[in-house]
Amino acid sequence: MSTAIAPASAAPLVDPNKLTKKALTADHPTWCPGCGDFAVLNIFYRVLEKLQYPHENIVCVAGIGCSSRFPYFMNTHGIHFIHGRALPLATGISLSRPDVHVFVFGGDGDGFSIGGNHLNHAARKNIKLTYVIMDNFVYGLTKKQTSPTSPIGFKSKTDPTGSIDRPINPMKQLLASGATFIARTHAAQVKHMEEVFTRAILHDGFSVVECLSECVMFYAGAFDDSWPKKGGTWETIDETQHDVTDDQAAFKLAENLAPGKFGVYYQVNRPTKNALEQKWIDDTRSKLGDVSQKDILKKRFEAMR
Amino acid sequence: MTFQSPNLNRANHPIMSTATAATPSSSPTTTLRNAVIRLAGNSQDGIQSIGGFLARLAGRTAQEVMTYMTIPSTISGGPSIFQVHLGSGEVLHEGDEADVLVAFYKHSYESHISALRDGGICFYDTADMGPEDVKHERGIVHISVPFTSATVEAVGGSTRDRGKNMFVLGMVTAVFNLDKEKLVGIVSRQFGKKDESVLRNALLAFDAGFAYQVGDIEKFAFVPGEATSGHRISADGNQMLTMGLIAAGVRYGAAYPITPWSSILETLRVELPKYGGIYVQAEDELAAVSMTIGAAFAGHLAITGSSGPGLSLKMEALGYASMAELPLICVNVQRGGPSTGLPTSVEQSDLMQAIYGSHGDTPRIVVAPQDVEDCFYIALEACKLAKKYSCPVIILSDQALSSRIEAFEEPDLDKHWVEPELDLSTRPEGFKPYPLDSITRHAPPGSKMAGGKYPVSTGLEHDEMGHPSGSPKMHTLMTAKRRNKLVQLAKELPLPEIHGDQTGDVLVIGWGSTYGPIKESVDRLRLEGHKAGALHLRHLHPMPDGLDGLFKKFKHVVCVEMNDSGLYGYGQLATLLRASLADPRIKSVCKTDGLAFRIREIVTGVEKIMTA
Repeated sequence: MSTAIAPASAAPLVDPNKLTKKALTADHPTWCPGCGDFAVLNIFYRVLEKLQYPHENIVCVAGIGCSSRFPYFMNTHGIHFIHGRALPLATGISLSRPDVHVFVFGGDGDGFSIGGNHLNHAARKNIKLTYVIMDNFVYGLTKKQTSPTSPIGFKSKTDPTGSIDRPINPMKQLLASGATFIARTHAAQVKHMEEVFTRAILHDGFSVVECLSECVMFYAGAFDDSWPKKGGTWETIDETQHDVTDDQAAFKLAENLAPGKFGVYYQVNRPTKNALEQKWIDDTRSKLGDVSQKDILKKRFEAMR
Repeated sequence: MTFQSPNLNRANHPIMSTATAATPSSSPTTTLRNAVIRLAGNSQDGIQSIGGFLARLAGRTAQEVMTYMTIPSTISGGPSIFQVHLGSGEVLHEGDEADVLVAFYKHSYESHISALRDGGICFYDTADMGPEDVKHERGIVHISVPFTSATVEAVGGSTRDRGKNMFVLGMVTAVFNLDKEKLVGIVSRQFGKKDESVLRNALLAFDAGFAYQVGDIEKFAFVPGEATSGHRISADGNQMLTMGLIAAGVRYGAAYPITPWSSILETLRVELPKYGGIYVQAEDELAAVSMTIGAAFAGHLAITGSSGPGLSLKMEALGYASMAELPLICVNVQRGGPSTGLPTSVEQSDLMQAIYGSHGDTPRIVVAPQDVEDCFYIALEACKLAKKYSCPVIILSDQALSSRIEAFEEPDLDKHWVEPELDLSTRPEGFKPYPLDSITRHAPPGSKMAGGKYPVSTGLEHDEMGHPSGSPKMHTLMTAKRRNKLVQLAKELPLPEIHGDQTGDVLVIGWGSTYGPIKESVDRLRLEGHKAGALHLRHLHPMPDGLDGLFKKFKHVVCVEMNDSGLYGYGQLATLLRASLADPRIKSVCKTDGLAFRIREIVTGVEKIMTA
């Protein structure tokens, strides 16, 4: 019974010899050479090496897209699901298995388009999991169609004269959704990624990170404006000046994301659905007293006589 | 036609017994074996509750019962009926026509007087109609009763006409000599949870109805039902499905509200925490099935469900469950379709969707309960099959089963209880998530892999290790692996028993909630001299091997279904049987009026095919 399983401990177990990058590596990624997703994968290995969760308690979940191939490249329990539904699937795992750590990977299409509604609900319910959106502003797997984050004017196969629809502002969208940990990072900034991923994973609740990750095939140069090596400006959030619990301040910070600032926009503690459901279970069961489950159903039948 | 009395038209029916006995009351009492009472009013009059009390009483007095109700698909109010078929023998259907009609309003009278049999009794409320509104026809006995004013008089205060349902219940109790003491007990338990004055007013109205002198008609009494050794319970189909799922070890899942599925969602949401589980109200149907697949992937037996429109939305994910070979229970409480269709009516038009919905070749198991009691056992079986074959199982219930109340023997939980299990054992070296030579057994998160290689559950075509594979050979082998589970199951399934003649003129085939009406129709056909049998299929995909052998013993084979006969003249089950058995004798009796089959509709339809 799941109720007998101890919740996943927030404090990582320390056994440095156990979980190595080698043990976590599976198939060689099928991504194109130069894809930003390689860096995300490498940093995720590093973070898991640092956290040392029991190998068998790590689950990687994804929907459909280039970045959603992630579970095949991780040697952990994994599930490659259908387009847009990775979050509800992960919700089912998270709520029914308090002992496992649930990580969800996906792209902007999965997160903000076909699965947009699920993002809002997983966030407001504050499901205990970590969600990394590898945002490349384009549909890559299907070879260059406009994505919900493509900027106006972006030329794609579905908008040959340039995109005409206002793109989603991921930070504002996530702030409105009710997520309790919201951050933004960049696949070219590995140290920053590592720090943000670690904080996201250690957050007790729905933690979501938008990670700008360049598609070198279909939208090369998309994030040069925030990449100093390519002439852009890299600006991180100074948390001595920005109160991460102030959503109004976070909204203000999210006003211009071209290129905008990177770091933690928002973080608050609110009870997770996992905890609230468990409380309901505990309250219900304490009212019933010491009865076997079979006897509970027997009693129910008695009332139907 | 079910009871007779000196005052009423006689009809000869073999199961009927009539005797006049002396009772303490001055009116003569007629014993009867069964009766159909139709209560017609508006949905806010509480006729469903009194119908429910009568049904529960039947369960407690070793009688059989089957109820039928219509619910307006409006938000509040609107005409509504509740029909109760009470009997001391086997009650297989809700009753073709009523023996007693209780009309709360003039509009109820006008809409339902045609449902009253010749010589039946009609009680009507004088508040809304008078003798001038009565149609004197077909020997019907009309009795005017002031339900409203008598209730107001009895209860007093400012209750107005609230409670007139209880007045009617009291009156019916007196007319049919029902067990007043037991009924008061049932009412008290129901209303006792509320404010004290609610129960007091209900009982005042009940007593007034019980004491009301309905005039010069004889009273009736049911012959005692055959007492069974165990306890009897009364419940509707959605309740029994839910209890079956819990008994089978289901503790997790998610769903979205839709009529007539919702009450299963509501009950699981409230009940599962008692068993340490969680049932989630999801944001939509796609999320509901996805969360459920998440719980299944996590190693639990999990269930989602909906009605037709919701099932359409779940189809992509159900295809995933077939591909990834995850065990999953999905209930479809069918209603009239397509689209929003007839949300509160019955239809059996989702059979093809259940079997073939989704895209690609998606083998899954489809089963259907035959009556309310069977809802419990079909849930147990569905869960067993999902675990054994590691694939989705669809339970096809319907609106009629979902809401009708029947009384039956309480399931023996000591025999049927299944303890939920989560297998987190370490998987041995060389573990294959998708072996070609055996059924997939997933290693859920939390299970260690001795070989060091962790599995990925996938919707891409894959090899035995779960690696994506576009190999033509692998797709052929894996498609066969998934399909062969059903081939194996078809061999294991027992052939259903034929009710009635084992060989002869006609075999009448059905599935789902038509079980009772078809059985009764076959009895009727046999009384009329035909050699007839009834065969009911609970396993619809796969069907058991060897049906053709049974069909060969009959001259005619007729499928009775509540769906459209379609372009080629055959219902959905008939189409499947014709395609798989290539037997051109298989014919259809179909209907699409959103109502359960009446006996005479089946008998007439079958006879028409036999004489064609």
